[in-house]
Amino acid sequence: MKVTIPEALGYSVLGFSIVFLMLIILMGIIVVMGKVLNKKEEPVKAAAPAPAPAAPAVPKEKAPGSAGSIDLHGVDPRKAAMLMAIVADELGKPVNELRFVSIREIEA
Amino acid sequence: MTLILDTMSSIWANSGFSGLFADPRQLIMIIAACVLLYLGIVKKFEPLLLVGIAFGMLLTNLPYSNLYHPELWDGIMSHTKGYGDVLVEGGFLDILYIGVKAGLYPSLIFMGVGAMTDFGPLIANPKSLLLGAAAQMGIYCAFILAIVLGFTGPQAASIGIIGGADGPTAILLTSKLAPELLGAIAIAAYSYMALIPMIQPPLMRLLTTKEERETKMDQLRTVTKTERIVFPIVVAAFVILLLPDTAPLIGCLMLGNLFKECGVTERLSDTAQNALMNIVTIFLGMSVGATTVAERFLTWSTIKIVVLGLIAFSFSTIGGLLLGKIMYKVTGGKVNPLIGSAGVSAVPMAARVSQMEGQKANPSNFLLMHAMGPNVAGVIGSAVAAGFLLTIFG
Repeated sequence: MKVTIPEALGYSVLGFSIVFLMLIILMGIIVVMGKVLNKKEEPVKAAAPAPAPAAPAVPKEKAPGSAGSIDLHGVDPRKAAMLMAIVADELGKPVNELRFVSIREIEA
Repeated sequence: MTLILDTMSSIWANSGFSGLFADPRQLIMIIAACVLLYLGIVKKFEPLLLVGIAFGMLLTNLPYSNLYHPELWDGIMSHTKGYGDVLVEGGFLDILYIGVKAGLYPSLIFMGVGAMTDFGPLIANPKSLLLGAAAQMGIYCAFILAIVLGFTGPQAASIGIIGGADGPTAILLTSKLAPELLGAIAIAAYSYMALIPMIQPPLMRLLTTKEERETKMDQLRTVTKTERIVFPIVVAAFVILLLPDTAPLIGCLMLGNLFKECGVTERLSDTAQNALMNIVTIFLGMSVGATTVAERFLTWSTIKIVVLGLIAFSFSTIGGLLLGKIMYKVTGGKVNPLIGSAGVSAVPMAARVSQMEGQKANPSNFLLMHAMGPNVAGVIGSAVAAGFLLTIFG
């Protein structure tokens, strides 16, 4: 099947447009799907009984030498907790046996 | 004495060595197979597929091996032969090749890909789909150039799909539209996919400013389990209804993903990701390699395909980056344009390249999960592009 250059241009514009159109529609479907499903799950969450009080993040009895507080510079507590968990995991030691003095975000 | 000489002469005439010297092109292909084996084993260029392809290439070019008969497949294309004839007259690799011709292997590989893919970043940021669409630009650029260079429509479509950076899709489309080019296209596609860390970064640096590359993106929202389960069902139904020719690829991709996400089919997910994927990869690699028969592979067309493949990859990267830049401007600098280049499928290599380039510009930049969105969107985008080309030329 021989195709001329103008035909090839036409097919290309059409093909590229179809890919865009399909994925734009799919994007719309995913957005709607997310809204509908998340809306449905919200009342369930609200109706659910209050969760049991979470275990304290810091162990009651600290290992000797562990610090009571950490200085955070440009890092929120959630990220700090993640970083400490990663370091502990990498070292293969419990978090309460490690001493974190400060965490600072390095600005490039 | 004459008897001994006659016997020796007969042994020589029937041995592959005599055939080797009769047609030096086969020797060239054997050397090419060894080079590909070197690239796969030593340089680790997509070794899981390239080693199988290269070995298939070696086997098919050993004279008198009778493993693969291209004339049999010409008969199938012209409807003078059927698959039954392949079973009776064909060699070992002919029989394996039925799975390529029937579109079985690429689809089963897609099932494994689906079972290994996390669509969470795409669901969390559906705008990624736009980048996945833009990064299909190379398909159409290469298609036009292939027409200019004198290829037929189906051949040009098969060459263009290399720009989708998606091996199974390229193999499926080529086996349907231009099986005579399958070996060259598969080798070009997988070689360039392996070379993505070398092809993309210069283009990424050329087309983006340092300020753009330094952009940090907000953390993605959490995707619920229900969304993850509903996603493959909705996507499969929607895409296949619109473009029925994408059914084998999208159907298997989404079924594999459903196995992974539904939480009750761990064994099936594990099989799709590992055992099935490995078995099919062996069959696919060997049978695709078998199509690189010297007299059909060593042509100017192969060289043109290799060049057009590189152009296709480059333009796909450029397409993704340009839309990334537009999104950067429109969102007031919230989108890092580097994630656009991940829109070429090649999961997860292209996303890793975005991450590396982003981190080079700003060491505290973590783009991997943001880049995975366009990356998996590219898989859907290239399947849609292939479906369109199949509809037109199939």
